[in-house]
This record gives sequence, C-alpha cells and structure tokens, in this order.
Amino acid sequence: MSPQTAIYVAVGLPLVGAALVVALRRWPNLREAASLATSGALLAVVLTLLPGVQAGGRPEARVVEVMAGLWMAFEVEPLGMLFALVAAGLWIVTTIYSIGYMRGHHEVDQTRFYACFAVAISAAIGVAFAGNLLTLFIFYEVLTLSTYPLVTHHRTEAAMRGGRLYLGILLSTSVVFLLFAVIWTWYLAGTLDFRPGGILAGTADKGTLAVLLALFAFGTGKAALMPFHRWLPAAMVAPTPVSALLHAVAVVKVGVFTVMKIIVYVFGLELLTGTGLSTWLMYVAAFTILASSLIALTKDNLKARLAYSTVSQLSYIVLGAALATSAGVLGGSMHIAMHAFGKITLFFCAGAIYVAAHKTEISDMDGIGRTMPITMTAFFIGSLSVIGLPPFGGAWSKWFLALGALEADKAIFVAVLMISSLLNVAYLMPIVARAFFVAPSETGPSDDDEGALQGTVLEANGGSSIKEAPTFCLVALCATAAGCLALFFFADELYQLLTPIVKP
Amino acid sequence: MEEHLPVLVVLVPMLAAPLCLLLRHRTAVTGFAIAVAWLTFAISVLLLLRVLDQGVISYELGGWPPPWGIEYRIDLLNAFVLILVAGIGAIVATWSPASISVELPRYERHYLFYTAYLLCLTGLLGITATGDLFNVFVFLEISALSSYVLISMGQDRRALTSAYQYLIMGTLGATFILIGIGLLYIMTGTLNMADMAVQLEGVRDTRTVLVAFGFFVVGISVKMALFPLHLWLPNAYAYAPSVVTAFLAATATKVSVYILLRFFFTVFGHEFAFGSMRLWVFLMPLALIGIVTASLVAIFQNNIKRMLAYSSVAQIGYMVLGISFASVNGLTGGIVHLFNHGLMKCALFLAMGCIVMRCGSVHIDEMRGLGRRMPWTMAAFVAAGLSLIGVPLTVGFISKWYLVLAALEQGLWPVAALVLLSSLLAAVYVWRVVEVAYFHEPRAVDGEGAITDAPLSLLLPMWALVIAIFYFGISTEATAGIARMAAESLLGTSP
Repeated sequence: MSPQTAIYVAVGLPLVGAALVVALRRWPNLREAASLATSGALLAVVLTLLPGVQAGGRPEARVVEVMAGLWMAFEVEPLGMLFALVAAGLWIVTTIYSIGYMRGHHEVDQTRFYACFAVAISAAIGVAFAGNLLTLFIFYEVLTLSTYPLVTHHRTEAAMRGGRLYLGILLSTSVVFLLFAVIWTWYLAGTLDFRPGGILAGTADKGTLAVLLALFAFGTGKAALMPFHRWLPAAMVAPTPVSALLHAVAVVKVGVFTVMKIIVYVFGLELLTGTGLSTWLMYVAAFTILASSLIALTKDNLKARLAYSTVSQLSYIVLGAALATSAGVLGGSMHIAMHAFGKITLFFCAGAIYVAAHKTEISDMDGIGRTMPITMTAFFIGSLSVIGLPPFGGAWSKWFLALGALEADKAIFVAVLMISSLLNVAYLMPIVARAFFVAPSETGPSDDDEGALQGTVLEANGGSSIKEAPTFCLVALCATAAGCLALFFFADELYQLLTPIVKP
Repeated sequence: MEEHLPVLVVLVPMLAAPLCLLLRHRTAVTGFAIAVAWLTFAISVLLLLRVLDQGVISYELGGWPPPWGIEYRIDLLNAFVLILVAGIGAIVATWSPASISVELPRYERHYLFYTAYLLCLTGLLGITATGDLFNVFVFLEISALSSYVLISMGQDRRALTSAYQYLIMGTLGATFILIGIGLLYIMTGTLNMADMAVQLEGVRDTRTVLVAFGFFVVGISVKMALFPLHLWLPNAYAYAPSVVTAFLAATATKVSVYILLRFFFTVFGHEFAFGSMRLWVFLMPLALIGIVTASLVAIFQNNIKRMLAYSSVAQIGYMVLGISFASVNGLTGGIVHLFNHGLMKCALFLAMGCIVMRCGSVHIDEMRGLGRRMPWTMAAFVAAGLSLIGVPLTVGFISKWYLVLAALEQGLWPVAALVLLSSLLAAVYVWRVVEVAYFHEPRAVDGEGAITDAPLSLLLPMWALVIAIFYFGISTEATAGIARMAAESLLGTSP
C-alpha cells in the first residue's frame, strides 16, 4: 500500500467500520467483531506509515480543493504519527473494554454507541494527519459533533444538561476563537499549511500575534485550559468507555495536539522564544495545573476526580508547548502518549468498579482492593504513571518537561511541576490506600446487585469473595497498565521519532 | 433552439401555467407541473454552461435590438441565481403532491395551486433573466401577486391576514421601485440596464437620480425583508402551506437580493453607490442589527416555522453584510450565501412540511421524541441545521468563511467577531429543537397509530437538498468559484 493510500484508508476505515456496525445491528456479536476487526486493521494501516516517517518521509495526500487555494489535505509528520498510533492502539483496547462494560451494564442503543465511536476515531485520525489548519479545524468539529451522541448516551435530563455544556463550550470556543484565528492566519500569511519553522513570522506586529496566540490557545477548547475547562467534568454523564475515550484518547488529546501543532508549525519555536509571546500562556497553564489538582482533591466522585486530574495533566502539555524549547516540546508531545495510557487505565478501573460493585464515590470504596485485586493493582500502576514515577512512562515526559523549563530559564515551572506531582500523590494514592488497607464497611449497599453478578466470581482462600469486572474489562485494563510499564522502557523510540519536529 | 434559451427559461413556465387550468385533471396537472419545473431547471443549467463557455449572452426579444427592444441579458450572476430558483422550483414541485393533498384537503381545485406556483416561478425567473428595468417591475408583480394567492391557501385562518399584510408591504415596496424606475427614465430616456448605466454618466448627481436611488434602497429593502422592514415575512412564512414556504423562503428574498446587486452594481455602478453615496453606511449596521435581533427573536419562537422565518431575516442580514463590504471576498460571500441559504432553508422547511403532514403542527411541543418517530426527517433537519450554524463540511461554513475574511480584510474585526458570535445564536435555536426531538419522550398518541416517518416521495427530494448541502460544502468550485467570478465582474475587476 502506498503511503498516500494508507492515509486515505486510515481516515476512511473507521467510517466503513461505522457503516458495518450499523448494518450488523441485529447481530450484536458480529457487530462487536466488526468494531474489533476495524480497529485492528486501522492500527495495522497506521503502522505501515511508521517506517517512512521514521526515515524522514512526510507522506502527503490532497483530497479536494475546498476553496480557492485551500485544500483538504493530509500530511503525516512525527507528532501526528505518534498521535495516530496512540488513538488507533487505544481504540482496540477501548473496544475490548466496551464490550465488557456495555454488556455487563445492559446499556441500550449499543449500535449507536459503537457507530459514533468509530466516527470519532476517524475524526481523531483526520486531525492527526491534517496537513493544514483548515483540515484540522474540519475534523476538530466533526469530532465535537460525533462525540455529542456519546456524551448524551443515556438521554436523561442530566445527560441533556451535560451535553449542552459539552457542546456549548466546545462549539463556542472553536467557532468564535479558533475559526476566527484560522481565518485571520489565512489573511495574514496567505497559507494555512503546517510548515517547520512556522508561517506567521514577519507577517504582523507583536501585538497582533499575541492576540492570535490567545485566540488559538483558548479557541482550542478541547485542551481544557482554564477558564474553558468546564465541559470536561460535565461530560462525565457519559458511559465510562466514552469517558475513557474522551479523556485519554480522542477529544482532549486532539485539543493539546492542536495547540502543539499550532505552536510548532504555525508560530514556530524561534518566533515564540525570540519574542516571549507565549510567556503568559505558561502562567495560565501553570495556574490550570495547580488549580485543577486542588479541585481534584475535593472531589469524592471517582470520575470527577479523574476528570479534574485530566484538566491538570493537559496543561502539562500546553506548558511544554508554550515553553517553546526543544525539551519542552518533546516532553509535551511524549506526555500525549504517556498520559493517554495512564489515564485510560484509571478510567477503565473506575468503570470496572462501577460495573462490578456499582460504586462511584471514593468514600464507598474502602477495602475494594480485596474483592477486586487485579483492577486495583492496575489502578495503582496507572496512578504511579500519572504521578510520574519510574518505572512507568509518565516519568520520562515529566523529566523532559522539567528540563524544558530549565532550558527556558524558567525554574519556577520546575517547581510547579514538582508541586503538581505532590498533589497527584495526594489525590490518587488515598484511593489505592483505602482499597487495600481499610476494612470494607459492613453496609455495602449493592453487593448482590443484578449487574454485579455479570462479573467473574471466584472464591478465594480467605473466604472474602473475589468479584472482578467482566473478563473483557480486565483484559483491557491490564493491557493499558502493561503499556504504562512498556512506555518507560521504549521511551527512546518515542524520543527518536519526535526529535525531527524540534530539529528541522 | 440553443440561442433562445434566455427567453425559454421564462417562457416555458409562463405558458405552462394557463395550461394547468385547461388540464384540470388532478394527476395530469401534478405530473405536468413537475415536468415543466424540471424542464425549466434543465434550461437554466444549459444557460449557465453556455455563459461559462461564451461569456455574457444578450437576447433580443422579438428581434428588436436594445436599447429599443427588451433585452434579456444573462451573465454569470443571473445564470447562477436562475439555477437556484429553477432548481428549488423543481425540487419543491416534486415534493409537493403528497403534502398538498394533506395540507389543502378542502381545496378541491389543485390545478389552481399549480397555476399560481408556475406563475410565481415565472415571475422570479423573469426578474432574474431580464435586462430591462420595467420588465423587472412587471415580473416583480407577477411573482408577488401569485405568492399572495399561494400564501392565503394556508389552512390556518391567519394565513389570510398574513397574505394581506404581505400584499400591503409588497405593493409598497414594488411601488417604490416603480417610482425609482420612473425617475431614472425621466433622466435617461432608456429602460435598458446596460444602456442606462451609460446614460447616467453625466446626470448621476442630479437630485432626481438621488431621489430615485433612495426609492430603490427602500423598495428593495422591503422586498428582501431587510431588518427593520421584515415585518411581513415571519407571518407569511409561518402560516403559508409548507410547500409555499419552502419555495418562497428559498427563492423570493434571494431574487430581491439579486435586484439589489443588479441595480446598485450594474446600473448605478459601485463607485457611485458605495463610493460617493456610501450605501454601506446604511446597509452594514442594518444587516448587523438584523442578524443579531432576528436570531435572538428566533430563539424564543415556539412555532418552528416562525422560528425558521426569523432565521431567514437574520440570514438576509448576512447576504446584505457581504454586499456592503463591496469587495471581491465580501460579494463572493454574499452571493454564495444567497445560493447556500436557499439550499438549507428549503431543506429545513421541507422537513417542517413532513412534520406538519404527520403531526399536524410544528409547535415545539409536537416535536417531542420525533427523533425516534421520524428519524430520517429529523436527521435532515439536523443536517441542514448544522449548515445554518456554519459547521465545516456544510455550505454554511463556506459562506461564513468569506464573510469573516472580507471583514478582516477591511480591518473590521468587530464585524468578523459578530458574524461568528451570531452563529452561536443559530446553534441555540437549532439545538432547542434537537433537544426536544431527541431527549424528550414522544407525546402520548390518543387513538390513532403511532407517528411514522414521512413517505419516500417526501424524503427523497428533501435528502437531495441535504446531499447538495454537503456536496457544495466540500467542493465549492461550482458555487464559490462562480460567485467569485460574478463578484469580480460586478466590481469591474475582471473583463
């Protein structure tokens, strides 16, 4: 397959998958098989592009001239390659997990769920491979709209309100700020292509560029920079696999990926370091990191705590981009992958606890590690990676981010990163500690709930029953936990892949 | 045959209209009218291809050379508008039979509907095709009179008062235009547009011409429902039969926008209209206020047809805004939005027609749970609604892009911001319907069977428009490309 065909196939395959899912709606087993097959095939196709990109190739594909001089075009570069790999890889795992979760939980409208999921992945791949800002914007909006039915899956009053906030914030920021910035860039630079070194240098005075950067940074609402972060906790009304997809793979990562792309390929690192345009953005990111970690501490609902943790972690990546030093950008880009694996593990665990034990509040989870040892071990591993401790992937990205802050002569952000790590410990470790060391409360409310019996029930020696989530869920969360570990040892591969973006 | 295309596009529906009266037989009339509408569309397509191939076509009616005889003059701009009008005319005609048998049940004489429909089509096409000022007025009256008849056919008795309101306002507008034409005729002694543009050369600054200019501005503003002269529109659209609303919403105001372009750019010339007369000082604020006010009012409407009617007033604002920039990108945006909005508003009103057919009303409460009951209709509504918001891959995005770009070019960034902000207002009123249709439980149906989706004969024409919305949102060479060429020729920046 030529690289050009591979690009088309990668964007189109999930759409074919969505069509298959709809066509097979009467046969759930075949439908899920179609989802799995498509996700596997997608990863294979994306992998065929990898060697070429590693060798320095930049495969391109031009689809259609949307407006005079403006193409819908794709170009695969290292950052997009990494993101596409993460999205395609985690789609497989999430699909496996969804099968366990959705069936274990007797969810309705599963066909719509799998179909929208596939469309969202297609949009994420489209963003990853976008060759210019217009293409990126188009797929960015497709992603917003295709995830709306997922967020509002339950069609309840709460889902409607959550969906309103979700769509409202993402649509307003993207239409009013991001689109404005895109058209303004087109007017100033006469091109929207992503070029190494940027396209904006020398096109406008410093004040205009500063406004433009603000429009881009806040316009990318999916990056959840405060004060436009409220959609993320609001989107928790969605079923857990959706939260996992939203928080770890597609939506938020598309946001930070967009910010990274714009800083590296539209503004250019030299322009930003030379003028200090992005200094304010570092402070906004630092504020978001600390503030949302503090908010996370106050949340008793596990998914809410994880959501605010995501808001905080996303700003690591924005901070890395805003530092505009090579280590900062590399650290931020690596964090896209590292955080993806860590956070998806945590969400999988939260969902598994919900399916198996019907618990959502952390204060109810005393001693849950005794009944769900595998899940809670995975949760522990995910937490360590998110905190940034070796031997897990998160350690490396944090290392490079700190290095980047030093390179930029901004030691204060090293302090911010370290304080944030402590806060991560403070809001994640108590969950693990409660699960393993605190005795379960006697009034467990829903132990014999109907849905809970779907789980794998085993009798252990000590007499306490082990009641894990469905096997599909367990397989998925073990796989991502193992991924966290693997990323620590294969970080050099990522580093080698990404280096060209900062050293053209 | 080929050289008679410019007149055939008007003549075919005009001659077919009385034939409907003679035919009378219900099925025969329906089939005949649909065939005529499609034939007219085919002619307009041939015309556009010819113009693209050979440039401007001048047709001498009866062989009398202009400026003595009546000239039909087809350039890119009116060929483009002809395609829109004839295309919508054909699609809506195809859609109509099932709907009017429900909406005009006591109205035995269906052939009268098709007669009026074809006459209205004739009028709109005539306005667009002709190169003669007085001819514009004549066709304006033909289209207006037949549309009063069409609107008053509505089931709701308020249709009668709405038609009356429209009649008063429309006649006022047309009279203003007629007075303007008369004054110009006094000064130049010609009615041919191209000739008048030449004859006006020495007398542009005389008081008579200035007064004529003023009469045109007001008259055309009434006809195209520019805020605050839009009062006739919401009621007329809300209470007319669905077929009529869909047809008029997509064509009538658009043709008036075309008159605006033709009069001020071709006859008066843009240097005079926008340079020395500074027409933009008048048009731009009204357009902006119209966009915001009408969108806000739309949010609070419970009758969805009325909501869409207010949305139309706002959308006229976008077209006029684009024109008021008097730049290539601005005009491109205005002209392409004229076409794009025709597509999406027609699709939306056709969806409303399907809902009226099944539920009997388009009150927002009636739409509870329709997402499950009428999935295809509501999907079309959502798709066209997304276009109204201006989501990428739909035609609405293309229009917004050009408008914002044109505003930025002139350094008017607050205008650019306002255009983008107003799309959020559209998002609010569209999403209000989406939430009701998809999140609320359907109303309990008493007695009769559950509501099902509209029949295929209604869904197919509607979905043809939806597909067009996406097609022209992705590949814009045919729409924005032609609009740009038309804009360049209006501004005289291309041969």
